[in-house]
Amino acid sequence: MKQILDFIIVRTARYNDMYSRLTLAPADGSILPSDILPGQFVQVAADTPGVFLRRPISINDVDRDMNTIDLLIRRAGAGTEAMISRKEGDLMNILLPLGNGFSTEVPAGSRLLLIGGGVGVAPLLYLGRVLKSLGHKPEFLLGARSASDVLELDDFTRIGTVHVSTEDGSMGEQGLVTAHSALNGEIDRIYCCGPAPMMKAVARIARERGVDCEVSLENMMACGLGACLCCVENTVKGNVCVCTEGPVFNINLLNW
Amino acid sequence: MANLSVNIGSLALRNPVLTASGTFGYGEEFTPFIDLNRLGGYIVKGTTLEHREGNPYPRMVETPSGMLNAVGLQNKGVDYFIKNIYPRLTGYTSELIVNVSGAKVEDYVETARRLAPLDGINAIEVNISCPNVKEGGMAFGTTTAGAAEVTRAIRAVYPKTLIVKLSPNVTSIADIARAVEAEGADSVSLINTLMGMSIDVERRRPHLSTITGGLSGPAVRPVAVRMVWQVAKAVKIPVIGLGGIMNGRDAIEFMLAGATAVEIGTANFIDPAVTIKVVDFMEDYCARHGINDINEIIGEI
Repeated sequence: MKQILDFIIVRTARYNDMYSRLTLAPADGSILPSDILPGQFVQVAADTPGVFLRRPISINDVDRDMNTIDLLIRRAGAGTEAMISRKEGDLMNILLPLGNGFSTEVPAGSRLLLIGGGVGVAPLLYLGRVLKSLGHKPEFLLGARSASDVLELDDFTRIGTVHVSTEDGSMGEQGLVTAHSALNGEIDRIYCCGPAPMMKAVARIARERGVDCEVSLENMMACGLGACLCCVENTVKGNVCVCTEGPVFNINLLNW
Repeated sequence: MANLSVNIGSLALRNPVLTASGTFGYGEEFTPFIDLNRLGGYIVKGTTLEHREGNPYPRMVETPSGMLNAVGLQNKGVDYFIKNIYPRLTGYTSELIVNVSGAKVEDYVETARRLAPLDGINAIEVNISCPNVKEGGMAFGTTTAGAAEVTRAIRAVYPKTLIVKLSPNVTSIADIARAVEAEGADSVSLINTLMGMSIDVERRRPHLSTITGGLSGPAVRPVAVRMVWQVAKAVKIPVIGLGGIMNGRDAIEFMLAGATAVEIGTANFIDPAVTIKVVDFMEDYCARHGINDINEIIGEI
């Protein structure tokens, strides 16, 4: 069930001047919504002058024992700048959980490749955790410009095998994720989140090889609730709201 | 507790708080956050005779204290609404008001005619002010002759409460209001969005696929308050005020300027529970000011 809740920041991890990870707990001590799915997102009130709308942010992780959610935020403008500058103890008003999430029903023994680029790795951490808890062995393929942009590597390594591509070759294989050797061999499903050109390139490979593939879109949103119809993606079913019918789409639904 | 009920045509609203079409979906999107039955009424998404896909993405850009949108009346058409959406909404006790739009006068008329027999809908709001469709829409709302023509044609087939939503993109909104009043409109609502434009200077491209769009949010509020004040002085029918209402204070401002009821729009995107907070504020405001009936403050300025 969707809720509006005030969260308190219990921990911040500033990776560099571009990225920050916030760990948040409901400020009133209530239990997190029980139905948070990997791939869903939240709408955060930036609460700063000059920023009018909420900002949609992927759910990076959920810790049921600690009753916290994590958000990995990339500084992209005034709203996200305000968010990554927040301190422990600060409050954030958040609408959650929103959107559909990745599908996690896959046959046992499937080879699952979770491909992320830049801040797009965010939802893959929680997805990997859920897939692992279901008995799968998720493999991650993380793409970045250089080693310093490879985010949350330790967290991913604790969940599954991690492959890395960097454009400058400072970590893992040099080049784009689409050229990585992890794409060799049989793959049963690809989950992908990252910049649109990367997702389109991954989708093309998946389609050519007949691999089931889900991607997470980040179209500009206003409400996040399916009311304003601003964030639409043109799909085989016509224009649909990314905030309610997505953000995760099987590539077969997209006109890519 | 003060009386908050107000009358618009034959509608007796339990309070003056309505929702602006296009910002509140079909109401159901907001039931996780509010009790719809506490609203005076809710105005649902603009409905046209035929299915419309709307404009291509991108349709929205944030602007100072507001946003531009260019949705373009995406909806599945009136028959789909009647068959698939309306039955889910009949259980709510707040007034369900359908916003009606069209490209041709005949389209408006036919849509209104199909909605007229539905027991659960006692009013329509006719949109002659959408800035985001190529034909019709705002074209009818920017001349007195066009506004009068649409109103007259719909009046002939729609016996219930007829609200006409006016465009601010005109020289004299009071003249347009008088024209629709003369053709039998029961109420006017204003303002629809102001036509605006925003450019991404790094990419040297407009932010919206349609280049121009409709500006909403608190950026437009002083313009809207002024227009409500002018129109309320110009017509005898009740005026519904909207444009950048973010809280109860803003809603009262519109009522003081002459609005009998208000619509909450863009604020729903930021706080999906804002409408109920406005109702609560009105109760508190009346108590603080010793007002027994909220009708007392309408048009006080």
